[in-house]
This record gives sequence, structure tokens and C-alpha cells, in this order.
Amino acid sequence: MEQYLNLAIKAIFVENLALAFFLGMCSFLACSKRVNTAIGLGAAVIFVQTVTVPINNLIYNRLLSDGAMAWISPALADYDLSFLGFLCYIGTIAAMVQIVEMTLDRYVPALYAALGVFLPLIAVNCAILGGSLLMVERTYTFGESVVFGFGSGIGWALAIIALASIRERLQYSNIPLGLRGLGMTFVLSGLMAIGFMAFGGIQL
Amino acid sequence: MTAASTKTLLDPLFESNPIALQVLGICSALAVTTKLETALVMCVAVISVLALSNVSISLLRNFIPGNVRIIVQLTIIASLVIMTDQVLKAYIYEISKQLSVFVGLIITNCIIMGRAEAYAMQNGPFDSLLDGIGNGLGYSAILMATAFLRELLAQGTVFGAVVLPKVHDGGWYNPNGLLGISAGAFFIIGLFIWALRSWKTDQVEPEG
Repeated sequence: MEQYLNLAIKAIFVENLALAFFLGMCSFLACSKRVNTAIGLGAAVIFVQTVTVPINNLIYNRLLSDGAMAWISPALADYDLSFLGFLCYIGTIAAMVQIVEMTLDRYVPALYAALGVFLPLIAVNCAILGGSLLMVERTYTFGESVVFGFGSGIGWALAIIALASIRERLQYSNIPLGLRGLGMTFVLSGLMAIGFMAFGGIQL
Repeated sequence: MTAASTKTLLDPLFESNPIALQVLGICSALAVTTKLETALVMCVAVISVLALSNVSISLLRNFIPGNVRIIVQLTIIASLVIMTDQVLKAYIYEISKQLSVFVGLIITNCIIMGRAEAYAMQNGPFDSLLDGIGNGLGYSAILMATAFLRELLAQGTVFGAVVLPKVHDGGWYNPNGLLGISAGAFFIIGLFIWALRSWKTDQVEPEG
């Protein structure tokens, strides 16, 4: 139990996907104008991440890695399909995103309209694929991959909600003309990245 | 080459730069720019994948059903990226190791998906090719400039050759560690956008 808690805290704060690994930056910067949109997108990312990382973990450990297919039949024990990894992970992710998109369109049309083009772009949100690739690189077990998926999703959502709150406040400040909007957001994220470095080295 | 094609090719450099204006493809722009060498390889990889994916998706655009277009586009892009990854591993293994997960993340580089969705689904193959190369160049312009500044100021080198001799190697330059870490990349790109928008004032975002 303790090890899972440790992993979750590490995934949320120390190795924050957005601020330490630069993953999912495009929607991080573009969808953080309003706190409400940020919360919606954050929730979608947490959900997709929690589902896709464990599924990709199963795919990698049961089908793709060297000798992984031995459980189907001994004749398949020699195959190493790990070069097909990218294609399989992204297939899982795209399918999940399409399901989320259809569900939102049907039940929460307001959120669907607010997220706009960035909903299909969750499929190409690097945070999602990056989560799966990191999971493979670090050889997590199935249980760990569930915790890592959930934790890293929370961490990303936390970062985008924090950024959106700061940006809402910034409307009252007098920023130089050319720096308004995107430019200022970059500088802010830089400052937040420095802030999150304070979590570095935390061990439970 | 007609005026319209030239416009498709060159507009993404400054007028509608994918990073500075369209907010696409930023993750890798931040992560691979600590050194010029990795940035250059990344740029070449992105330009080739972007051009090829735009052409293939444009050729298939009338056969892709709207409901499953994301999956189809991603399959095409992922296959191209696997090819690029294998080529990099075969010929420049050292650099491909340094790029680590970021070659795989070209699949999710929003520039590629974004241009496929916004341009290649509506236009013919030749225009899409130009659009792909143009956007790739616009991306590379920002990437190379950022990498140049970060490598020069954080390590005192350009393409690994010493330009500013560092203090602890007996030189005079005191390296700026801030630019080596993640925050430095954010600041540099933020300042680039500021410079670009002070020059092209029509790109300034409206209040609110």
C-alpha cells in the first residue's frame, strides 16, 4: 500500500507531466484561459489516462514484449513485437478518446462545445501517450500502472487548473501588448516549473 | 510555382507560425532544445513525417469516414513515425538514444494531427505537401533558435564546439544554469513570441 501511495505522490508532484516533462503542453497553454474549461479538460485527461495506461500495460506485457505471447502457445514464445508498440498504444488511446467524445457530445453538450477542437486533440495529447511510454520504460506492474495513470492524470489536471486560475487573475494587470496571451502564459509556466522543482527529492 | 503555393509554403514561417500563433507542437519544442544537435535531428524528423502524413491523408481524404477519422489519421502518422524511429536507430543510434521517448511522441505532436485535421482533410495532395513542409520549417525556425540560445548560454557551445570558454575550464564565461533546465525553455519561447508580436502587431491577442 505504502509503495502505491509513494508512487502516486511522485507522479502528481515530483514528476509532474506538464511542468517537469513538458508533456501535453499544447492544450495546457491553449485551454487554460478559463478555470471551467481547465477543470473539464483536466477531468477528461484524468479519465482517459487512468483507463489507457493500464490497458497499454496489459498490451505490452501480454502481447508485445519479448516472449510475452508464451501464455497463448509455446510456439509464439520467440516473438518480440515491441516495435509495434507506438501503433498499439495510440490505437487504444484514439479509441478511448472517441468514446469520451461521443459520451460528452450526448450528455454534456456545453462542455463538448467549450473543449472544441481540443477534445480530439486529447488523442494527440502527449501527456497521454507519454504516460504510456514512461510506464513501459519503467516496467511498472499492472497495479502500479493503474496508480501511475491516475496520479499523473491528477498532476496534469492540477497544473492546468492552477495555471488557469492565475490567468484569470492576470486580466486585471497591465501586460505589454506583444506579451499578452500566449507569451505571458509561457513565462508563467516557466515560473510554475521553478516552483514545482521545490518538490524534487521528496521521498516518503 | 504560383503565388498561392508560395504563400502556402512560406506563411507558416512568420505569419501563422505553428508554435507562436497556432499553439501547436510545443512539448517537443521545449524538451529537445537543450542542444542544437538533438534539435536539428528532431526538426528533420518532424518535417519529413509532417510532409508525408499531410500527403497521405490528403490522398485518402475522400475515403475516410468522419466518425473514425482520428483513428485512421493516427494509424497513418504512427506508421510513419515507426519508420522514422527505425531509420534513426539504424543510422544515428547515439542521438536517437538522447531523444528517447520524444521520437515516439512525434505521433502526438499536435502540429501533425492539427495540420492533418485543419488542412490536409480539405485540400489536394500538392498543396498539403507544401503546407506540411512550410509548417515544419516554421516549427524548425523556433526550435533551432531556442536550441542555439540554450546551448550557447547554458553550456557555452554551438553544435558541441566551444564558443564561450567556461570559468571552471579556465575561460571567462559563467554559464547560466537557468537556461539549461525546463523553466529556461519556457522563458525563451515566451520572449520570442513577444518579439514576433511586437514586429507583427496584428498577431497581438485581443483583451479578455
